[in-house]
Amino acid sequence: MKPLTTEQIRAVIAKGKFRDNLFKAVGVFCLAFALLVIVALIADMLIKGSERFTLDFFLNFASRRATQAGILSAWVGSLLVMLVTALAAVPLGVAAGLYLEEYAKRNWITNIIEINITNLAAVPSIVYGLLALGIFVYQFGFGQSILSAGLTLALLILPIIIVATREAIRAIPAMIREGSMAVGATRWQTCRYHIIPYAMPGILTGVIIGLARAIGETAPIITIGALTFIAFLPPVPFSEIDGGATAGMFDWVMSPFTVMPIQIFNWTSRPDPAFEINAAAAGFVLMAMVLSMNAVAIYLRYKMRKNIKW
Amino acid sequence: MQIHDTPALKAEARNLNFYYSEKQALKSINMPIYDKKVTALIGPSGCGKSTYLRSFNRMHDLYPGNRYEGEIRFFPDNTNLLSPDVDPIEVRMRIGMVFQKPNPFPKTIFENVAYGLRVRGENNKRTLDDKVEHALKGAAIWDEVKDRLQDMAPNLSGGQQQRLCIARALATDPELLLFDEPTSALDPIATGAIEELVHELKKRVTILIVTHNMQQAARVSDYTAYMYLGEMIEFGKTDQIFIKPNDKRTEDYITGRMG
Amino acid sequence: MSANNASDLPKVSDRLAYNAMRNWKEKLIEAILLGAAAISVLTTLGIVYVLVSESYSFFQNVSIIDFLTDTQWTPLFDDAHFGIMVLISGTLVSSGVALLLAIPMGTIIAIYLSEFANPKVREMAKPILELLGGIPTIVFGYFALLVVTPILQFFLPSLPGFSLLSAGIVMGVMIVPYIASLSEDAMRAVPMSMREGAYAMGSTKLYTAIHVVVPAAISGLAASYILGISRAVGETMILAVAAGMQPNLTWNPMEPAATITSFIVQVALGDLPHGSIGYQTIFAAGLTLLMITLLFNILGQWLRAKYRENY
Repeated sequence: MKPLTTEQIRAVIAKGKFRDNLFKAVGVFCLAFALLVIVALIADMLIKGSERFTLDFFLNFASRRATQAGILSAWVGSLLVMLVTALAAVPLGVAAGLYLEEYAKRNWITNIIEINITNLAAVPSIVYGLLALGIFVYQFGFGQSILSAGLTLALLILPIIIVATREAIRAIPAMIREGSMAVGATRWQTCRYHIIPYAMPGILTGVIIGLARAIGETAPIITIGALTFIAFLPPVPFSEIDGGATAGMFDWVMSPFTVMPIQIFNWTSRPDPAFEINAAAAGFVLMAMVLSMNAVAIYLRYKMRKNIKW
Repeated sequence: MQIHDTPALKAEARNLNFYYSEKQALKSINMPIYDKKVTALIGPSGCGKSTYLRSFNRMHDLYPGNRYEGEIRFFPDNTNLLSPDVDPIEVRMRIGMVFQKPNPFPKTIFENVAYGLRVRGENNKRTLDDKVEHALKGAAIWDEVKDRLQDMAPNLSGGQQQRLCIARALATDPELLLFDEPTSALDPIATGAIEELVHELKKRVTILIVTHNMQQAARVSDYTAYMYLGEMIEFGKTDQIFIKPNDKRTEDYITGRMG
Repeated sequence: MSANNASDLPKVSDRLAYNAMRNWKEKLIEAILLGAAAISVLTTLGIVYVLVSESYSFFQNVSIIDFLTDTQWTPLFDDAHFGIMVLISGTLVSSGVALLLAIPMGTIIAIYLSEFANPKVREMAKPILELLGGIPTIVFGYFALLVVTPILQFFLPSLPGFSLLSAGIVMGVMIVPYIASLSEDAMRAVPMSMREGAYAMGSTKLYTAIHVVVPAAISGLAASYILGISRAVGETMILAVAAGMQPNLTWNPMEPAATITSFIVQVALGDLPHGSIGYQTIFAAGLTLLMITLLFNILGQWLRAKYRENY
């Protein structure tokens, strides 16, 4: 092969640089496209739904008349379901993460648990719905209640919380554990006074991301049979219910309910375009909830990285 | 070694072997630790001196696969610390440890020192105040921190952190204190302060110190042991080891021909 | 504590002996924590139990041959047919559309972030992708039906109001962040020395990326694609909203069709009595879905384990 002349080499370099720049442009375009989708989604729902952003929309129950329909039962339902989910998933997830990082011996039981968690994270959410339908709704007799829904979503986000907990714990150096054990602390005391508090920001990030995922989940909740039309709220503890009786502390967990995503689904699938406006407005509210939770998580992680203690 | 003015024993290794899984790290070590004396462990890195030190407070129990053989007799109980009937937690309550790198907890200065008492269930405010003050004085750091006990410990300087860790170990009145190269992460001034402190502490407590610095061993210790490749090569009074070692390998190490 | 010739007696002094109470408490706590960790195993067992037991009842009534070969899916009609291929075709077509979009886009973003972008851009891009991945699928479904479909209809006037194409495209957008982030991890794990070898010979960034980094990270990339597939197969709401829910054995993305997941939603929305054949059908469909995703997951994990060993 003849050696290239300077001009030829320059031409090759120029061509290479051109291709690099072209690819860079494509890469930036793809990223911009992702951003565009987010912006378009939010803008579309904001503009379409704008006429529904009144106090009434938040304080009205669902209705056959689009202009009067509101999201009261949906957002209350979402909050209550999230409460059950958090109460179940956070202690279980943190305990499981703690066990796997601080206690587990390298044996087949631990292996099975770890393989399980990896696989569960990839099981489609609707399958959790089928599990809940078979076990919570019928086997345990919880019915189509807030409790069933909360527990289902808790199982769904458990892997997220476990993984976040484990990562946060792994970032704590061994010398902290040794320092604690060396003065005669037990393993549990070491966990309670050191591991859990120091891992807290990381755990919290995982919990928020998990709950943000759960609050937008629709499929498993539909599967357990959440109602789409609910014109009442779960009983407030100790309030008077009809017949003069008083509601118990935990009566609300067994109440039928609806949640934001189901309300949106219901409105989206109606043929009457007036309900599109409701769907857009409710979608915007849901997005606002999810995005603000994600933003808090991203900010927390950013802050954590900024002030690493070790 | 049996000289007639020998002081009382605080502990004694008898035919001690230690294994990290399959790898033998300590080979039949026999050695006395005398009460209220400072014993230094010297030797090239990887010779097993830290492994040996960490056997005394059963630190190796924290990790799977580690195995002890033989005995470490602890006095006056005359109990084998490595016996399966002995609770490592109880051992650690009586045998304190100071690590290579200062490892204060990311808590307040007060809570760092009070920690050992709290894990024993001591929550009386006055008792804690008294003991924390006593420990901080014992670690010669009281004057520097007495006005900011509620500050976070990691904000202290390296030397202060290490003295705080000593205070943390002292707060529970240990009988034996293990130092694992306590000055290797510190500057010369902070090192001097720690060495002075070790000298002061031996009035109250028996000390076993690992050091990579022979001058330090010579300055602070009463007895010195030279270890090499997991074996105890020579043990004796510090003067004797440094002036007239019996073993050729010890002499090579001390005169800098090796390590 | 007199040491009366105790050196012969291996006796443990009281103060060093095990504290029974504390020991018991520690063991109890460990058992509780293990119990929490075991919930994950119970969840798996629960899933398998529910799906298999209901499917077992289902296959008492429907032959497995019919299930796999029938070309009609009409479980709620009087003349009931149970050809799962109908649902699988919808699932595969919509997933295919999604991956045709998500794999190239995800890979390009990953190459750009790992090889071209400066750290500042990367720092900004990651949260954006994360937000995109965090958007609820019902919102994506709304977007597919009410925004994307009208836009597509502008270019393809024959496109019906519900279609696998529209749902698939939006599903692809949803999957991009997963593929991008996993692929980027795989490419960043390629040691710098391999790139330097190429740069030293005067090769450009793009040439290095395509001829050195991508081949070195190929099993990691493949793993990310496979995880993308399993997400697409399991996605529910976008399809339930935008692809229509009528069973339709088709390979044409321009048509509406039900998928395994949207069929389950459709049945769950109705009021099927517990124990009826219709009720059991959704578990048989769920079992099929689980087996498909499990297959892809195992493949993906195997590939990932393989690329971890490489360096």
